[in-house]
Amino acid sequence: MKPIQKDAVQQRLESLAHQELYLHLEMTTGAYAAHFDETKHPAATFITNARVRYAQGSISGSGPFRVGLKMPEGWVYSEGLTHYAEEDPDRLILAGHDAQGKLVVALQLGREPF
Amino acid sequence: MHARILVILPHPDDEAFGLSGTLAKYISQGAQVTYACLTLGEMGRNMGVPPFANRVTLPAIRKGELEASCKAIGIQDLRLLGFHDKTIEFEDQDKLDAQIDALIQEVQPTLVVTFYPGYSVHPDHDACGAAVVRTIGRMPAERRPIVYCLAFSRDHEAHIGQPDVVEDVSDYLAQKMASIQAHKSQFQAPELLGSKALENVELLARFGAERFWTYPY
Repeated sequence: MKPIQKDAVQQRLESLAHQELYLHLEMTTGAYAAHFDETKHPAATFITNARVRYAQGSISGSGPFRVGLKMPEGWVYSEGLTHYAEEDPDRLILAGHDAQGKLVVALQLGREPF
Repeated sequence: MHARILVILPHPDDEAFGLSGTLAKYISQGAQVTYACLTLGEMGRNMGVPPFANRVTLPAIRKGELEASCKAIGIQDLRLLGFHDKTIEFEDQDKLDAQIDALIQEVQPTLVVTFYPGYSVHPDHDACGAAVVRTIGRMPAERRPIVYCLAFSRDHEAHIGQPDVVEDVSDYLAQKMASIQAHKSQFQAPELLGSKALENVELLARFGAERFWTYPY
């Protein structure tokens, strides 16, 4: 994973627009959050291989980044993205890692299921 | 001596910190170990520091790490059961129990090791332990293998007391550290090791003993 290059991600968002895609969207504090610190509220959510199609997708911010995908009847939104898989040109794999390198958020789009 | 050991845990690396020294020790005494790992830990948050994995590549990377860990410990038989990380508590219980039961019938273990249900923090750990305990509980009492449980929730000793089995693994720290280090994407997690180098002399105090609770059927 490489630190996000905004232009490269924007280009991929555009190349994936207007077509049936598989989405993986996730956010997590980790299952051990409250075990290590009782003041933490453990929360996690993910959806894998949801079918989406968007007309307009963009990346915003100066890092960590936000991505919004405008669908005919709703939105996909994600904040806190820091890294992308440069080596995987047919898909868009974005993740947000915290200062310890742990994944906090992930947004993935592809033409094939994940 | 434990002749045939069946380890049933949900994630690659669950064996590393609490169990690898004991397994290496028992294997050196002649035990045959089958390790059934329920998932590939594909929803793990650690991706290496700096991250070298992502959600797509993590399952294959963790599978390789698990194989390396098993090799370091000397585990002879690794089974990957193909369940999805984070979903064990939502799985079809009959399907889960049937797979565990089939393994027990095949391996005929004298000892089974899993997580103590209710005292193992991660929902997958608790659900895995519950399935193992439930499945073995259905066997006739005289045919049940001994079940060692791992426990580490904050309150566990208040409920289940002190461990009744404490294995001195100080002679097997090389295998244990090799097992931990095999999980390259995971083991740098700062809350587990802090900033200390693995060669630190404190290792013995920290990792020299492994604790188990025999499940009280």
